[in-house]
Parts: sequence; structure tokens; C-alpha cells
Amino acid sequence: MNPLEPAGARPGPAFTVTFDGRPVRALPGQTVAAVLWAAGVTSWRATRGEGRPRGVFCGIGVCFDCLVTVNGRPNQRACLVPVRPGDVIGTQEGTGHEGADHDGADDGGDGHAG
Amino acid sequence: MRAELIVIGAGPAGLAASLAASARGTRVALVDAATETGGQFYRQPATGLGAGRPEALHHRWRTWERLRDGLAASSVRVLTDHHVWCVERKSGGFTVHALLGPEQQEPAEVHARAVLLATGGYEHVLPFPGWTLPGVVTAGGAQAMLKGQLVVPGRRAVVAGTGPLLLPVATGLAAAGVEVAALVESTGPGRLARHGRALAGKLPEGAGYAARLLRHRVPVLARHAVVRAHGDDRLTGVTVAALDTAGRVRPGTERRLPCDTLAVGHGMLPHTDLASGLGCRLDGLAVAVDAEQRTDVPGVWAAGESTGIGGAALALAEGHIAGCSAAAHLRGTAPTPAPAALKARTGLRSSAAALDAAYAPPAHWPEQVTDDTVVCRCEEVTAGAVRDALDLGASDERTVKLLTRAGMGWCQGRMCQTAVAGLAGCPPAPSRRPFARPVPLGVLARQHTQEELS
Ligand SMILES: Cc1cc2nc3c(=O)[nH]c(=O)nc-3n(C[C@H](O)[C@H](O)[C@H](O)COP(=O)(O)OP(=O)(O)OC[C@H]3O[C@@H](n4cnc5c(N)ncnc54)[C@H](O)[C@@H]3O)c2cc1C
Ligand code: FES
Repeated sequence: MNPLEPAGARPGPAFTVTFDGRPVRALPGQTVAAVLWAAGVTSWRATRGEGRPRGVFCGIGVCFDCLVTVNGRPNQRACLVPVRPGDVIGTQEGTGHEGADHDGADDGGDGHAG
Repeated sequence: MRAELIVIGAGPAGLAASLAASARGTRVALVDAATETGGQFYRQPATGLGAGRPEALHHRWRTWERLRDGLAASSVRVLTDHHVWCVERKSGGFTVHALLGPEQQEPAEVHARAVLLATGGYEHVLPFPGWTLPGVVTAGGAQAMLKGQLVVPGRRAVVAGTGPLLLPVATGLAAAGVEVAALVESTGPGRLARHGRALAGKLPEGAGYAARLLRHRVPVLARHAVVRAHGDDRLTGVTVAALDTAGRVRPGTERRLPCDTLAVGHGMLPHTDLASGLGCRLDGLAVAVDAEQRTDVPGVWAAGESTGIGGAALALAEGHIAGCSAAAHLRGTAPTPAPAALKARTGLRSSAAALDAAYAPPAHWPEQVTDDTVVCRCEEVTAGAVRDALDLGASDERTVKLLTRAGMGWCQGRMCQTAVAGLAGCPPAPSRRPFARPVPLGVLARQHTQEELS
């Protein structure tokens, strides 16, 4: 069974986003994390120190394990950010700044206090 | 925006508080970071998913309907997608500073004479070898993804740790079609029985879960723990072991369970950043409140899990009492909470205390944490590094943090604080985080300029 069934979900039309260059199906209202889970992907980040894979841990925006690059902006929390048609999602390596596309993208990684 | 009372958090506590205060003539703004109201317990499926039977994945849906309809009929201003990073005390009131939307770059401010903190809590997980592998998620996180996004993390799951949250998670995953290979609970039946009297009110709920576990054929391993998660890049299985009465692993009882998901939790911790930023006194790790749910800072109330972990029903009662008190003080009258709420709070607090004692994580858990186990997930600090710091003379989590960076990463110690304290053999101390959310420096700079100009 799929959890959409017991909840009687009739989602709006599916659309496509890409993850590391390959097309992935997304439903309106889903977060990046949900889209990736539904596609069978559980990791989308390599840690800064050891390069270890990580994905969702807390699921509610507290742990920052699920950081991901969305449309060139690194350090987005996949469990909070909703997808939009055509989004380009990519595995985040380390801080996400090496090789990230900075053109016009105000990245959320630098310049945060907290 | 200006209101008389700002309620932060739209879970059971914040909803009950907003309804009580607005019914008593108070202009309320209800602020929450999520896109929908409901909090953790009444987390709603995302609107775009068009869930026709959202109640199928929830319990106590009727209460939610009452709250939701009450809110729609009330004059409460609901401000969702507002991530509050700080509450500032000003003469004559408070300014709530928030960042808008999922990207959290745009600032917004709300002003009011009083604030009510109903920020809930987050899940506590103690480290063990393999707990950073993808496929290992918090039990509440699995529940949140299921309730809010209608997705499950895999096909075969083990639900493990300790505490009452494991029951709805195991039954919820099973109802959504996941094969739940085992519910592994470190507390034994004896410990629950010892608190039997205070827990008597919880028996029907417990029996309901037991029946559902049976129906879904979920084996329950009581007084067992997951001692290791296996896999290279992804979880492939866990090793579970039986515990003795002291909470130590019984040698020779280890066995491996293949699974692609481990939903694990060791109870909950209260969100107290906004309260401590305001200078409210904490009691242990929770916000300290009086009989009217007032903090020791005039004009600031707190209710629900932020004042101590006790479940949704207690959060509702405390929220109601807090909302009545705030409304009365704004009017200069005496509070008039429903007697049923006062009675419920007394009963539920005593069962919460009993649950807390019964479901304490096994006392000897640090013995299972190998030197190469990552303790601080953000900064990748291992237990070995923490132990080296202790050998160097560190004796509390603050010194360990300075020597190892454990707790200095993105989550600011929320995930590792209790583990570091446990390894150091001291009780976790309340941490002071200046901001409840990461804030872009541009927003802070703008803030500063405004202050200099005014
Ligand atoms: C992930 C998770 C899942 C859970 N699932 C269940 C379950 O299925 N069944 C069950 O019995 N119990 C569950 N619980 C326990 C649950 O937290 C409580 O029983 C109950 O929801 C507490 O109510 P509350 O009103 O105190 O807090 P919550 O329901 O936690 O509500 C707090 C609200 O405050 C908001 N908030 C917090 N900080 C800020 C901020 N800085 N700015 C803006 N908004 C903020 C949050 O977005 C949230 O909506 C879960 C807990 C967690 C952490
Ligand atoms: S999973 Fe913890 S922040 Fe997203």
C-alpha cells in the first residue's frame, strides 16, 4: 500500500523536477524530502568532514541533516522546502559552495547567524 | 502588524490558547512556522495532496475538527509560514521577529502587549553506532513525513527507542503499508507496572495500540534496544539485544533484523530558545510557569510541551488555562478557565511524570557508544573525541563543546546536547541560543540600522 491511498489523496497534476540531472516525479504540496523519498532516494548530502551520506533525520527542520542544493542555492532544508515545477535539485557536497552555481543565486549558506 | 496577544505555535497548546483568549475579547495573532495550523499532533497533509480522508492517519480527529472550526469562526489572525527567530521586550510590549516562507530570507515583525509561547518540542535521540546512516530517522520525523507528506521512508521498518510516541509511529507506518519488523522498547513491562496507578488513565489508549499492533502483526520486543545500525551508504539492518533489569545489554542475546528504515526516538525535549532569549526562568530543560501558566517575565505565558513533555491532551488544557489568564490580565480582570481544564491538567501532569520516569532511556546507554560513533552529527565529532576531551579535564558539556566543537554546528547542539552531557556524566544544562532560527546577516544588519536611526 501507499500512504496516499488510506488518506484518500487526490493530488493535483504531477510535475517533473530533476535530482542530480535525472527527472523525478513530484506532487504539488510535497517538500523536496518527500519527493526524494517517494522516488526511493534517502540521501542527498555528503558531509563536510568525512563525505558521509545524509538525508532526512528529524523531519521537522531542527537537525539540518537534510541540507540540499535547490536551483543553485545550497543549504536548503529539504524537509521544509516545497518543490516547484522544473526545480533543479542536487546532492550537496560539503558546504555546498564548491562548484555551486552562484550566478544570481543569493545562497543561504553564507551570512547566517544562529 | 499589531495585536494584543501573540501566540507563537499553532499546535494543540497554541490553538487552545488562541481560542480561549479570543473568546474573552482579546485581539490574538497566532504565528507558526508551518504552512498549516495543527502542530505536530494535528499535522495536516499538504493542501496540494488533496487528502479526502486525512483522519485515516490521525487519532482524536474530532478534537481537531472542533479546534479548526473554532479558529475559522473566531477573530484570531493566523500567520503561517512565519519562522520566529527572536522575541524582543520593548516598553509597553513585545516585538516578534520572524522570517517568512520556507527560504527564510524576508523579515516580518508583529507587535503586541503580551506573548504566549506554545512552541512544542522536538525529538530526543541518543547516539549509537550507525545512527547517522540514511534510512535512520527519528520516530517523530517518520510520523511527520507520513502525516504531512503522505510518504514513507522504506518498505521494512524497525521502530525503536523508548516512550509513548513509538506506539502511534509503529501503528501509523503499518497502516500506511510498511512492514514493521519489530517495535523495540527499552522499558520493560515491570517498570510500567510500577507506575500503574498514575498511568491508569492511559490504559484504554495503551490497549487500543496493543490491539492495532496485534492486527498488523507487529512483534513487540520489550526491554530490548537497538545496539547498532548496519549499512555502508544506507541502512540494511539493525542489531537488537535484550537488556537486563539495570539496562545493560545481556551478552549473547544480540540478533540481526534486516530493514531499510529505523525510526528511533528516546522521548522529547522542549523548545525553549524564545523563552530563554526573553530571560524566562527554566525549570530543568523546560520553561518554568506558575498555576496560570505565566513565566516569571511579566507579559509572557507558556503552555504545552515547551513547559514540559506531556502529550497533546495536556497541551490543550495548559493552552486553555494560559489563554484565559493572558486575556484576563490584558483586561485587568480575574481569569475564568474551564474547571474541566484545571482538573485535566492536574491528572495529566501526574501521568506525564509517571511516563517520564517509566520511559527513561536505559541508564547504561553510553556503554553502547563506541569511540568511532559520531555524537555531534553537524560537526562530525565522535564519542572518542568527546572522551579525549573528558580525559583532558573537561567535566561538562560546555567545556567539551569548546574543545571538540560538539554542538557548534547548524543545529546548535539540539541533537547532541544530552548525549554529550550523558557521556560526561552530568545532567544536561539548559543552553542559551541567541536565536531560535538561523538568521541571514543582512536581516540582522537591517535591524541594527533601524535601531540606530530611531
Ligand atoms: C515530529 C513529531 C511528531 C509527533 N507526532 C505525534 C503523534 O503522532 N502522536 C502523538 O501523540 N504525539 C506526537 N508528537 C508529540 C507532540 O509534540 C505533542 O503531543 C503535542 O503536539 C504537543 O503540542 P504543543 O502544542 O505543545 O506543540 P506542537 O504540536 O509541537 O506545536 C508547536 C508549534 O510551534 C511551532 N513553532 C515552534 N517554534 C517556532 C518558531 N520559532 N517560530 C514559529 N513557529 C514555531 C511549530 O511549527 C509547531 O507547529 C510528535 C512530536 C514530534 C516532535
Ligand atoms: S530532517 Fe532535520 S532539518 Fe530536515
